[in-house]
Amino acid sequence: MMADMLLAAEEKQDLGFMIKGVFSFDLGGNTLWITTSHICLLIVFLTLIVFSFFARGAIKKGTEVPGTFQNIVELIVELLDGLVKGTMGWSHYKFRNYIGTIFIFILFSNISGLLGLRPPTADYGVTFPLGVVTFSLITICKFKYQKVSGVIKGLCEPWPFWLPINLIGDFAVPISLSLRLFANVLSGTVMMALVYGLLKPIAYAWPGALHVYFDMFSGAIQTYVFCMLTMTYIADAVGDEVKA
Amino acid sequence: MEGMFNENFILGCSAIGAGLAVIAGIGPGVGQGIAAGHAAAAVGRNPGAKGDVTGTMLLGQAVAETTGLYGLLVAMLLMFVKPLMP
Repeated sequence: MMADMLLAAEEKQDLGFMIKGVFSFDLGGNTLWITTSHICLLIVFLTLIVFSFFARGAIKKGTEVPGTFQNIVELIVELLDGLVKGTMGWSHYKFRNYIGTIFIFILFSNISGLLGLRPPTADYGVTFPLGVVTFSLITICKFKYQKVSGVIKGLCEPWPFWLPINLIGDFAVPISLSLRLFANVLSGTVMMALVYGLLKPIAYAWPGALHVYFDMFSGAIQTYVFCMLTMTYIADAVGDEVKA
Repeated sequence: MEGMFNENFILGCSAIGAGLAVIAGIGPGVGQGIAAGHAAAAVGRNPGAKGDVTGTMLLGQAVAETTGLYGLLVAMLLMFVKPLMP
């Protein structure tokens, strides 16, 4: 009975959470695919770019008493700045652009599931580069602010033969960061696809509550966690002392 | 030999393995519950620090969740990517 239902659902429509290829082209003997992730990513990018153009215009001819749109933009910027300032200590002014950018990007990507897109962050090819960027920032900050001797000292922390374990610990950071974001968004996407695919006859209105949890709440929490961990790691690499 | 390990057998075993992999969710569930309980106790003791406590709790819970998500990923791979299929 159940197996029949599952098979029927799979035959009627392949459960809609897989990444689908839209069209392919050849490049130097390899077949490259443009997939749904690329297109959803492009939509998110375009939305953000258009929004930022309007925000720039609103701020450029800003008034002393802000209008509605200017007020919203200032609110967003102040919120993000406050978040970075409260977490990072003295070095916050160097990283608030990066943190603000990835915060807005990941938030929009996660929430785009509400609009019927497949969230781009449910593709490991999107979250892993984010993790790698964070990892490069951490490493560069380590070498810049702790100097080479400090980095070597940090790697040999309790005892010198602890070095391999410390190295593995360092390289696990981008992988665990990106896998956490990816798996959380993917699980929400799969849940919603299962609800719509298997419970189709009775899926009226009530999946909205699930959307609120899986897309909005979970997406916002994961965005917050990704940025928070990035900030914590970078602040850890930069160190406490003020070095101009 | 070939008749024994046909596609349906591998598919069934993959489904059982996926179910077993999702048992990993027990650990994060317990951990998140403990974190939430202690956060509730902290707010009870110091209601003024509610915002800070909530933020720290959510961050810790999200980190604790990771191991469960690895189990979920293994289950997803077994169910939908079917790496064991010849």
